[in-house]
Amino acid sequence: MNYFPDEVLEHVFDFITSHKDRNSVSLVCKSWYKIERYSRQRVFIGNCYSISPERLIARFPGLKSLTLKGKPHFADFNLVPHDWGGFVYPWIKALAKSRIGLEELRLKRMVVSDESLELLSKSFVNFKSLVLVSCEGFTTDGLAAIAANCRGEVNLGALERLVSRSPNLKSLRLNRAVPLDTLQKLLMRAPQLVDLGIGSYVHDPFSEVYNKLKIAIQRCKSIRSLSGFLEVAPHCMSAIYPICGNLTFLNLSYAPGLHGNKLMKLIQHCRKLQRLWILDCIGDKGLGVVALTCKELQELRVFPSDPFGAGNAAVTEEGLVLVSAGCPKLNSLLYFCQQMTNAALITVAKNCPNFIRFRLCILDPIKPDPVTNQPLDEGFGAIVQSCKGLKRLSLSGLLTDQVFLYIGMYAEQLEMLSIAFAADSDKGMLYVLNGCKKLRKLEIRDCPFGDAALLEDVGKYETMRSLWMSSCEVTLGGCKSVAEKMPSLNVEIIDECEQMEFNLDDKQKVDKMYLYRTLVGHRKDAPEYVSIL
Amino acid sequence: MENSVAYEKATELRLGLPGIDEPAVLSSVKNNKRPLHDEKSGENGKSAQNETAPPSKAQIVGWPPVQSYRKNNFQQAKKSESECGGIYVKVSMDGAPYLRKIDLKVYKGYPELLQVLENMFKFTIGEYSEREGYKGSDYEPTYEDKDGDWMLVGDVPWEMFITSCKRLRIMKGSEARGLSCSGV
Repeated sequence: MNYFPDEVLEHVFDFITSHKDRNSVSLVCKSWYKIERYSRQRVFIGNCYSISPERLIARFPGLKSLTLKGKPHFADFNLVPHDWGGFVYPWIKALAKSRIGLEELRLKRMVVSDESLELLSKSFVNFKSLVLVSCEGFTTDGLAAIAANCRGEVNLGALERLVSRSPNLKSLRLNRAVPLDTLQKLLMRAPQLVDLGIGSYVHDPFSEVYNKLKIAIQRCKSIRSLSGFLEVAPHCMSAIYPICGNLTFLNLSYAPGLHGNKLMKLIQHCRKLQRLWILDCIGDKGLGVVALTCKELQELRVFPSDPFGAGNAAVTEEGLVLVSAGCPKLNSLLYFCQQMTNAALITVAKNCPNFIRFRLCILDPIKPDPVTNQPLDEGFGAIVQSCKGLKRLSLSGLLTDQVFLYIGMYAEQLEMLSIAFAADSDKGMLYVLNGCKKLRKLEIRDCPFGDAALLEDVGKYETMRSLWMSSCEVTLGGCKSVAEKMPSLNVEIIDECEQMEFNLDDKQKVDKMYLYRTLVGHRKDAPEYVSIL
Repeated sequence: MENSVAYEKATELRLGLPGIDEPAVLSSVKNNKRPLHDEKSGENGKSAQNETAPPSKAQIVGWPPVQSYRKNNFQQAKKSESECGGIYVKVSMDGAPYLRKIDLKVYKGYPELLQVLENMFKFTIGEYSEREGYKGSDYEPTYEDKDGDWMLVGDVPWEMFITSCKRLRIMKGSEARGLSCSGV
């Protein structure tokens, strides 16, 4: 029933940009579904195997921007074989054949062959933007098809000319191969830059180039985002100070050469910082400086500088407590640390009730609270109880079933949960599946969850995007059971050692299981070692 | 395809010896976890942890959950840093109004360093001998090493010196002579 002509509704829908809202709009009635689908320009597909390119094209003929995600998250940590899947080629091929005027393609954890890049560059007249996050499969030859000036070795002269011709250039990220005098020339030609990445920053502070660089940097008053410093001469960072006051994003997570006093001095200049990505060589003391200086901080990521090392220059619970006390706007955290205590987590929960993302990684995966020797159940329990808007949580340290009881009870908005080396029994998994109504992604490794937990409520998996379980106690028989009861799910067994071929015993424990909801049944591109039940 | 699987198996971080089936070894990791807080919680936690701790972190596949390009980057940065970073140390001279800084990596040995110091502060250093230190001058070059001790410049091999030197100080007068005197 429409009180307005379609054009009016379409105009109204133009203001609705969030995918979730658009999805809701399309469910109101047939007429709204039709209007919405013709007017939708941006589509997000969280699992490329949940739908086919043909159905996408049929439903959204006005598609301009497509986001696709492929491999499960644990692929980032080498738990998923490279050729498991997530190939973008069939999507590009189907889109190229159709009348879709694609302008933007955003891919995450997809396999992107040179062939697909070439096809992409030839097929869409108005194509503007390609964003690849954690993708693989291509070489510089493939990228050359997309960006004509970047072949193999960096051609510095061509780069300078490209920058000169690009008055709208907002983002420039350079790698190690770009020498300092080129950087200085580029900056002189692009004072309008918003996002700058510097590869190599090593030079003699008394040189002519350095002086020119200082002047060039000062002109770049629009820079809001700074990253890189793969190689860095710490005593030359003072040239950067003039632009630090404007920075909202600083990414020093590739700069182990920057630490101690020089790093702290740099941070002291960054009063407007909203996002900070840093290595743990900043230390608890450095985090104290962050707490005093960066009052606008919303997101903090502290990466390990030596993942397997003794951890001299690392951070502990102290640094996190300091930041939580000093930065009231903090809502997103990724924190790799040597240790954590319940008391610290309880304090952090009190200081920062606004967490949306809380990802804690204690480098020793089953380390208890070092002060009390207790599991970290109470600490994480405090986090979920206090942070009512929590959407993403990653746990670590010594944890029993108790923490999952808390999560099921309190984490009402939780959408993604990552668990490793935790829990005592099936009860842990059941608390989560029963309690977290908004759960979309659950990834579990090395936990004692078996068939009883897996099979308790198979209907739940249809309300989620995916479930990953590796090195748990689920058996082949259990997985088969899920597949039988739920034809709308693909239940994949990833068996790289090819044991399943020789031993089809249902009681056999499954090493890696990945299940996800889909509208298009079993995928046809799975490698030999993946069985879809 | 077969090749890539073989490659993966060959380079894969595994628990236990090659050729052993994965599940068997991994399950022993999980079993190790149980005793830790079932039986031994509250007792001497530290020793319990050492006894039943999982294999060293480097052997657990996919842990810590850091993307490989970050791990690789750190190795690379560590190497390149030691190749191209200078070793800048402060140089003070008794009586001088301000300090100077020099890059020890630039010099090939003691003679060059001492020459530079002489030029910088306009003084002369005496003749070095192992027995008596620097003779023939009121000044002695000294340095603070990693342990915080003040040492006479020239006693140890050059390479050892530049890695252990934290700062230089050119001492003057009687204090200087105290350092070089051997046993008198």
